[in-house]
Amino acid sequence: MTTVTDSHDDHHDHGPAKGWMRWITTTNHKDIGTLYLVFALIMFMLGGAMAMIIRLELFQPGLQFIDPGFFNQLTTVHALVMIFGGVMPAFVGLANWMLPIMIGGPDMALPRMNNWSFWILPFAFAMLLGTFFMDGGAPAGGWTIYPPLVLQGGNGFPFMVFAIHMMGISSVMGAINVIVTILNMRAPGMTLMKMPLFVWTWFITAYLLIAVMPVLAGAVTMLLTDRFFDTSFFSAAGGGDPVLFQHIFWFFGHPEVYILILPAFGIVSSIIPTFARKPLFGYSSMVYATSSIAFLSFIVWAHHMFTVGMPLEGELFFMYATMLIAVPTGVKVFNWISTMWKGSMTFETPMLFAIGFVIMFTIGGFSGLMLAIAPADFQYHDTYFVVAHFHYVLVTGAVYSIMASVYYWIPKWTGNMYDEKLGQWHFWLSTVSVNVLFFPQHFLGLAGMPRRIPDYSVQFTEFNMWSSIGGFAFGLSQVFFCYIVYKTIKGGEKATDEVWEGADGLEWTLSSPPPYHSFTTAPEIK
Amino acid sequence: MNKLKQLFAAGIASTFMSSVAYAEYGLNMPVGVTETSRQIYDLHMLILWVCVVIGVVVFGAMIYSMIYHRKSQGAVASQFHESMTAEIVWTVIPFIILIVMAIPATNVLIDMHDGSESDMTVKVTGYQWKWRYEYIGEDVSFFSSLDAKSNEARQVGSDIDPSTVENYLLNVDHPLVIPVGKKVRFLLTASDVIHSWWVPDFGWKKDAIPGFVNEAWVVVDEPGVYRGQCAELCGRDHGFMPIVVEVKTEADYAIWLADQKNAAAAAKLAAIEDLDPRELKRKGKKVYRANCVACHQKKGEGVPGVFPAIKGSAIATGDINEHINIIMNGKAGTAMAGFKDQLSDVELAAVVTYQRNSLGNKVGDAVQPAEIAVLR
Ligand code: HEC
Ligand code: HEM
Ligand SMILES: [Cu+2]
Ligand SMILES: [Cu+2]
Repeated sequence: MTTVTDSHDDHHDHGPAKGWMRWITTTNHKDIGTLYLVFALIMFMLGGAMAMIIRLELFQPGLQFIDPGFFNQLTTVHALVMIFGGVMPAFVGLANWMLPIMIGGPDMALPRMNNWSFWILPFAFAMLLGTFFMDGGAPAGGWTIYPPLVLQGGNGFPFMVFAIHMMGISSVMGAINVIVTILNMRAPGMTLMKMPLFVWTWFITAYLLIAVMPVLAGAVTMLLTDRFFDTSFFSAAGGGDPVLFQHIFWFFGHPEVYILILPAFGIVSSIIPTFARKPLFGYSSMVYATSSIAFLSFIVWAHHMFTVGMPLEGELFFMYATMLIAVPTGVKVFNWISTMWKGSMTFETPMLFAIGFVIMFTIGGFSGLMLAIAPADFQYHDTYFVVAHFHYVLVTGAVYSIMASVYYWIPKWTGNMYDEKLGQWHFWLSTVSVNVLFFPQHFLGLAGMPRRIPDYSVQFTEFNMWSSIGGFAFGLSQVFFCYIVYKTIKGGEKATDEVWEGADGLEWTLSSPPPYHSFTTAPEIK
Repeated sequence: MNKLKQLFAAGIASTFMSSVAYAEYGLNMPVGVTETSRQIYDLHMLILWVCVVIGVVVFGAMIYSMIYHRKSQGAVASQFHESMTAEIVWTVIPFIILIVMAIPATNVLIDMHDGSESDMTVKVTGYQWKWRYEYIGEDVSFFSSLDAKSNEARQVGSDIDPSTVENYLLNVDHPLVIPVGKKVRFLLTASDVIHSWWVPDFGWKKDAIPGFVNEAWVVVDEPGVYRGQCAELCGRDHGFMPIVVEVKTEADYAIWLADQKNAAAAAKLAAIEDLDPRELKRKGKKVYRANCVACHQKKGEGVPGVFPAIKGSAIATGDINEHINIIMNGKAGTAMAGFKDQLSDVELAAVVTYQRNSLGNKVGDAVQPAEIAVLR
């Protein structure tokens, strides 16, 4: 390869390469952002399809359609696909598109690495999904891949491990790029404390990624050697410790859940001020709150393990530390509400999703606070109460923020307005159905239904039916979302540069769609 | 497709028209039957109400703002964007609420960790996919697995309506029996993968981890039957290893315990007698269906890549000592557990004989319970 698509040759204009090779060789932050976003959307639909099969089987008691072993494969891969294939790439896509623009730079700092970190992903997921067709099927030990159970898996197991390695490499490369970009590519005058919150939250998220993805890589490698090379890190019979794995996994896992939510905080902090026509309330306290959440996220991991039999002191420590996280999280919610307070609000689709986020993420936060109370967690743990909790924070939290940002920025990306009426329909259909889907699961869990079961006793029937009906409706609503996005890309009312009346930020000073190289001369920062 | 339609019609009908059918569904955590479970229930309700109150205030403010501070109402945006006082207030107040929550939670946790001065001890071992209960010092121990009726109804495409099965998926063949009002200590462990022992009415669950022994305890106030399930994903049949605890009065418990001891003695005698190979095969089929099908499958065909076939297996058609060995001692590092502790001499002899002379194998030999007894 001797030519580079964006080479600064006088005879070329500064546009993309022609044909489909553009997408393979591109080093342009917008192209790569688009690739990430499209990939994430495909993964959402795939992971969603798996969820539909799960909900179909859970529609009524008895096993109607699938074998329990296959059920476990579906829940495991559903979660891995949604987390590593859906939410994380979607956030990286948004970062690619928006970070350089928001800080007034021309592109990401490391464009070739950027290309590579995306193109690893399709191979990683092809490998992960390929395990469904191997002897023994896909991994079935839950996304938490606890040994010894996960070591009983079939031939797909090592492929899952390698897939996780590849996703980890991709994430770490993406994170390095984000940090380098933010530290080096800011326009003159864009001091750290002037950066939009989306930039700030991604900056902190990137550090979390670099800190914990290698930990996960280490953990899965130890599983691999336990299975194939006769080590016994996690086997008590060989002098190892199965609980050790859980500690390592959750040392990765808890920061991971903040990796999935901090960028969402940034998005919502951009959208609410726009539609309230009022500056964000408490900018600096938002930055400090995000940092303290990131710090605390490293010392609460064992709240996922209250039932493994820790000493009293351990349980107390992790209970107190976890409760403490509620404080900075509360600060964020109060700041958002104060931003809305005495504003001049309108409720276009991005704002609806942002408000939906604040309300339903807070509901997930409440159940999280309940789960932090260790003695009560002895009842809640591993029940549908937990399933309800994490879907409130992940679906109506992380995923809602992603949908909000698509509606918010798609006019900028494509130059076309989306269809406002359809957007509103999408919001209301999603919001009604997602609550029918997940709210009854709180009751199921409290009444005693364990999670990760393909069949249940008859007193749980009614709520499961509600939940399944909500699930199918929510799934269909997202097919509708795909249509809305498609329609917007194809055409629509032309968007102005500013797009939103109350919008503030550098992205709104560029044309819609923006030029191929964002800011070739640095903008002036007020 | 027809099946789908039927299912939906039935489902929707029963959801919307006859909620009576499932009238007993629960909405909330059970109060339970132990001091601990009541304390936990109180904690749960306390934190729930705290959340509800905070929720009303926070969402109330939001909704107020959404109604009155909208552009269409002519609202003009003020431009305030900072207040140190506000930030301090909403940092300190939640902090105080949390401390108020932490105090009772700490007390309950300290109580729960005090397993001293127990009256008796039961060792609970999780297996894929059943529980074993050993009464320490009493020489009584038995396995407890999903009852036959539920097991039949839960097979894919069984066409048995689960609502016709009593306590579907929450019933076992041999329940754990404990006396009322006594402090019973549990020692929990597992033989293969991690399980978790949970009876909601007792207020807690605790993981059963291979190579570790966890401790927990209960004092149950009322005689009765209490049901629960395994709560930690433990493989294919994780959803099918329920827990049933019968809490009896002290006198009834003593009678039950004596019966168990007599039965154990009788079983020991029976093991010494030689059995007809056909009888062994018949018994072996039962043992196989109850303990081995989940992995090796009904016709012994196994699951390629995970569980080997018994049909035509080199071991099941080769040296009988090897065959007995793998079943008694399992194979380390694989899902094949040793069944020495789970099955009696008769059952082991029977299942070996069955596998060698059925499931498509025709070796023609047999092994007697007495020979197994020697190998223990
Ligand atoms: C949890 C799943 C599981 C259960 C239950 C189970 N097995 Fe196995 N069994 C295995 C696995 C896995 C192997 C292969 C071990 C290896 O890698 O050599 C195996 C191997 C065997 C073999 C050797 C077959 C060969 O050709 O290698 C025999 C015989 C056998 N099991 C008998 C039994 C009997 C009898 C029972 C019931 C009492 C039983 N198994 C229950 C998983 C199971
Ligand atoms: C279409 C919407 C969705 C539906 C209907 C759905 C449904 C389900 C169901 C039924 C389970 C299995 C629960 C169990 O058996 O214990 C599950 C598990 C899970 N889901 Fe979802 N889900 C959806 C979206 C998501 C999204 C967007 C994410 C993450 C971003 C997610 C993350 C998870 C995780 C982490 C698990 C746990 C898997 C495990 O137990 O190992 N889900 N989901
Ligand atoms: Cu956590
Ligand atoms: Cu289990």
